[in-house]
Amino acid sequence: MSFHKFLAVVVSGILFGFGLAVSSMVSPEVVLSFLRFQDFGLMLVMGGAVSVTVLVYQLAPRLLGRPVLGDHFAVRPSVMDRDTVVGAAIFGIGWGLCGVCPGPAIAGLGTGNWSLMVALAGIAAGAYAQGWLKDRKTSGA
Amino acid sequence: MLSLFPLGWEHYLTGGLLIGAGVGLLFILTGWVGGMSTVFTSTWSYVSRRPFFQQGRFVETRVWRLVFALGLVLGAAIWWIWMGPTGGLRTGVPVWQLGVGGLLVGFGARQSNGCTSGHGICGLSSLQWPSLMAVLTFMATGFVSANVVLLVGGR
Repeated sequence: MSFHKFLAVVVSGILFGFGLAVSSMVSPEVVLSFLRFQDFGLMLVMGGAVSVTVLVYQLAPRLLGRPVLGDHFAVRPSVMDRDTVVGAAIFGIGWGLCGVCPGPAIAGLGTGNWSLMVALAGIAAGAYAQGWLKDRKTSGA
Repeated sequence: MLSLFPLGWEHYLTGGLLIGAGVGLLFILTGWVGGMSTVFTSTWSYVSRRPFFQQGRFVETRVWRLVFALGLVLGAAIWWIWMGPTGGLRTGVPVWQLGVGGLLVGFGARQSNGCTSGHGICGLSSLQWPSLMAVLTFMATGFVSANVVLLVGGR
């Protein structure tokens, strides 16, 4: 990875992480209070993020042709299958238990909230288990 | 009167716009789509030889995904130093909920190929209806589990 790309990715990540902290999504209590209909802030966070991203995703390929430091704009892979829905259901059950999703689990490290490392370790273990099970299924074992 | 935003609303909107700016800037500069759950699978490719983790979509993106994750930590750290509480944030959510919840979050997000940022921000912004289905599904099961856990003595 070139230095320019490294810098581009770090700065983008800094904006993302700073935004997660400003919006208090790094606090599990705030996420849980949304899921308990006590505070609808998460809707504003999601709405704000999507309103910027949808403009960029829809306009940049048309206006720029190619990314500033790359050769093509990636398209997010998307399929509608059982895994997408069942996985999302399992994800939601876990999200409602801990109030932590992958972004805040990572950004949480920067806020000194060390107990979030338990969630981070859990997510990493869960991701490993998912890959391990997929492997077993495809190899027919 | 019942308030929709008892803690105020400005910081939610500002934070959301900043998150969108981060995901948008990444796309404009590199063309990459920055959902956050894939890094939890792609990073395993460094240590596991299993064919699942050695797929191109993980091996070829694992470096920038880790760098992006580093940026997230730095961004949150800037907030902490600039305007966060001395001694860091704390959570009252019990460790068992963080651990068990985290396991399900990691498994489910990877099975679904997306999380709150992958499906919620990147998927919806790509106008993909499977992502809309995923978002509605995890909002629904999240609502149920966050309320059920209160009934069984959780936080």
